[in-house]
Amino acid sequence: MLQARKLAIGYGARDVAIDIDLAVARGEVLCLLGPNGAGKTTLFKTLLGLIPARGGEIRLGGRPLADLTRRETARAMAYVPQAQVMEFAYTVLDLVLMGRTAHLGPFAAPGRMDRERAEAALADLGILDLAHAEANRISGGQRQLSLVARALAQDAPLLVMDEPTASLDLGNRLLVLEKVRALRERGYGIVFSTHDPDQARELATRVAVIAHGRLAAYGTPGETLTAETLSDVYGVPVRLERTESGRLVVTNSNAGSD
Amino acid sequence: MARLADKASAVVLAVLAILLLATVLLAAMLGPYPAPVGDVISAIARHFGGGGATPLDSILFQIRLPRVLAAVLVGAALATAGASYQTLFRNPLVSPDILGVSGGAGFGAVLGILLGLPVLAIQALGFAGGLATVLVVYALARALRSQNEVLVLVLAGIVVGALAGAGISLVKVLADPFNQLPAITFWLLGSLAGIKAEDVRIVLPLVVVGLVPLALLRWRIGVLSLGDDEAKALGVNVRFVRATVIAAATLVTATAVSVSGVIGWIGLVVPHMARMLVGPRYDRVLPASALMGAAFLVLIDTIARTAARIEIPLGLLTAVLGAPVFVWLLARGRRMWS
Repeated sequence: MLQARKLAIGYGARDVAIDIDLAVARGEVLCLLGPNGAGKTTLFKTLLGLIPARGGEIRLGGRPLADLTRRETARAMAYVPQAQVMEFAYTVLDLVLMGRTAHLGPFAAPGRMDRERAEAALADLGILDLAHAEANRISGGQRQLSLVARALAQDAPLLVMDEPTASLDLGNRLLVLEKVRALRERGYGIVFSTHDPDQARELATRVAVIAHGRLAAYGTPGETLTAETLSDVYGVPVRLERTESGRLVVTNSNAGSD
Repeated sequence: MARLADKASAVVLAVLAILLLATVLLAAMLGPYPAPVGDVISAIARHFGGGGATPLDSILFQIRLPRVLAAVLVGAALATAGASYQTLFRNPLVSPDILGVSGGAGFGAVLGILLGLPVLAIQALGFAGGLATVLVVYALARALRSQNEVLVLVLAGIVVGALAGAGISLVKVLADPFNQLPAITFWLLGSLAGIKAEDVRIVLPLVVVGLVPLALLRWRIGVLSLGDDEAKALGVNVRFVRATVIAAATLVTATAVSVSGVIGWIGLVVPHMARMLVGPRYDRVLPASALMGAAFLVLIDTIARTAARIEIPLGLLTAVLGAPVFVWLLARGRRMWS
């Protein structure tokens, strides 16, 4: 559904990373890992078509991303940004209704059908009771789920999530992850970035590690989430332990005292 | 629940429309030659049935109503421009002054007064000044290309607006202190005293031309308030919508300033009051701001021409009323945007 070939990303005249090949299809979860500043956000913005690629090609639904209108792109791919406080006091329902924009005529505002779609998306995530709450006055996890609901209301088969669990407390993190897993099972294609290798192990069908100006590793979680790769990428010698349930525990292998 | 919210905002808009009609009637009744509401209504009926010849007919249709209609248009224009800039720049503290529009239009008009041009040419110069300022601001912002386009645009607006202010000061120094300076000063404080029916005929189509694209794109303009990246990802052609909003809001502001002089505060305060009534959604704030801005300026202008023996400058009245209202809004409505 979304493919990048020989992609070079960056701002202005500077390459942040080059030679990136990756792909995600329906029912697949592609997880982006990498240290801060390695270009995860730049890659996200490039994949979303918000900044132009510096080289190579991105295809969405078989067509070059650069040839698609914003409207066509939005109908194929929905963006879930990190939840932030907004300047205006929109209700959760208002916010989710904005997800319908790509399905509206150029001069139209959402109608009854759009409202029903928005409410269905909220019900889907179990937060319909928040519809009339002010989006700035609910918890970070609820706000993040509202943005996921907005992406669902967008009726796009591919969801692109920028660190959906960053700055969430433990309960909200578990809640959001559970919803992401449910969406994967319903056949959505998902791209998400994270700092937690265990999240990648748990959710991803494929992992892309961005570091040192290139794709440092790309493959299944088993192939990519190794002590060597993570040590190299993050610049800290790490030791990986697997718990009985299969979870990954990452520790600093220099600091280990046991 | 959702249906109720839609219905509630429709009711609020209907009430605001009735309120505007009431202020227009009240303004038509009051003046040096007061008339009861019945006489005003029957005179209006006569006018559309062929016209009457009583003194009230000529007062209403040559003096009072053109001025009231101009107040409706200017008030609606300034308030909608303010609401649009606030949504576009995701900042509830901006107003039509922010892009230097008012300053540029002011400079053009006082230059016209200095040169002793006829009224229509003064208005045309004001309009050209406002438009030219925005073009310069926009070109400057593009030339300075930065990550934060909006911030650069606003800063460029402040810089060019300050230059226009310096130009106005220069014109004041050069002006004949007995004839021109009082006219310039009065104009800079805002007034609808000289309005004639012909002026309204020019202002009306220009304001309508500006308001129509804002009304058509109302939903997409609202989505822009989420920021460029999110709006793009939601399917909005950000560049096109933003350029349209700036062009349309500038057109109505420059039109208003060229006919009424500089009237501050309406573009800043009225959209806030509109958001308190109908919430932050632009598709609701736009009509609410238009109706409230119109009613507000009709009331202010009626006070300006009836409260004292002399005409009170409008900018003075809006400042005296607007400043405390804005402080109250800040204290009470912080949660509207934070």
